[in-house]
Amino acid sequence: MTPVRVSIVGVLASLLLILVVLELVRGRRLKERYALLWLATGVVLLVLSAWRGGLNTIAGWVGVTSYPPAVLFAVATLFILLVLLHYSTVISKLTDENVELAQRVALLEERVGRGPPTASRSPAD
Amino acid sequence: MTSTSVVAVVPAFNESGAVGRVVDEIRTACPAAEVVVVDDASTDDTAAVAEARGATVLRLPFNVGIGGAVQTGFRYALEEGFDRAVRLDGDGQHDASEIPTLFAPLERGEADLVIGSRFVDGVGTYRPPLARRLGIRVFARLVSLLGGQRVTDTTSGFIALDRAGIELFAREYPHDYPEVEATLVALRSGLRLAQVQVEMRERETGSSSITFVRSLYYIVKVLLALLVASLRRYPRLEGAER
Repeated sequence: MTPVRVSIVGVLASLLLILVVLELVRGRRLKERYALLWLATGVVLLVLSAWRGGLNTIAGWVGVTSYPPAVLFAVATLFILLVLLHYSTVISKLTDENVELAQRVALLEERVGRGPPTASRSPAD
Repeated sequence: MTSTSVVAVVPAFNESGAVGRVVDEIRTACPAAEVVVVDDASTDDTAAVAEARGATVLRLPFNVGIGGAVQTGFRYALEEGFDRAVRLDGDGQHDASEIPTLFAPLERGEADLVIGSRFVDGVGTYRPPLARRLGIRVFARLVSLLGGQRVTDTTSGFIALDRAGIELFAREYPHDYPEVEATLVALRSGLRLAQVQVEMRERETGSSSITFVRSLYYIVKVLLALLVASLRRYPRLEGAER
């Protein structure tokens, strides 16, 4: 069985995560779209931490017999991987869009016929 | 065919020492062509040099890499309605006097994409270092296998396109180390490919974008791109349909 203290810490940590995410969304520093996976992470961890019997049962399913809280770590890790993977897809999309914008800028600038004078271009960093 | 409009796309990154001559040579070899230099955010005066020689210059606001730069040129070709495009590197390694050779299969209506290859029939004099030669050969074999047609030189940047080819590459062109993958994409999209023997010069100034440290990334990236490209479905091009 999961030690009570582990459950309490788990609940508090998940609540903290949920609150921080909500606060970031409220302050418009995090878009809902990117908050969803984090909220899901928080809620799942909260449920698994609070529902001690459930955690035990799930631990039994996956063959963790000695220390059920290990399942908490595993689930948390899995969700973090999901979030990171999601971000990789977001970054890829942004990269493509960024290049396309640069290409459009180059084409339009040529069409407008007054590109920035070469001499005043700041050197790339 | 009355008049065929031709554009020469020249990607250049910090090539102020070579790009002027490249532009001159293209204009001599192919006076009807509009020369478009794509300046990939050079920190030297590549753009000014090219412009002074009468080239149209597309200035990218920041460095996007060779593939993205080349694609900018193809987009220009698409939007300005050019019938044919040829791509030559800004470092002068491709010989502009061979442009007519590249265009010949397009003119005969035999191909949509012509690759200037260094190894068509073993008559070329280009002898790269062993590791490089091996890499070039492996990629060529792989693309031949996956694309269903024998390709001798997938790493050549000296290519010519007809309208169908321009349309494809304006829409779909890999951003870094693009040549190998682009060849496969062209084959899988149904473009007709022809290869002609060309010679390539040693670099005049600057240094190759493929340094030894980057080779590993290059190989792995291209292999992954080939794998993924062969799993992807590419719409058959209408222009390439026959």
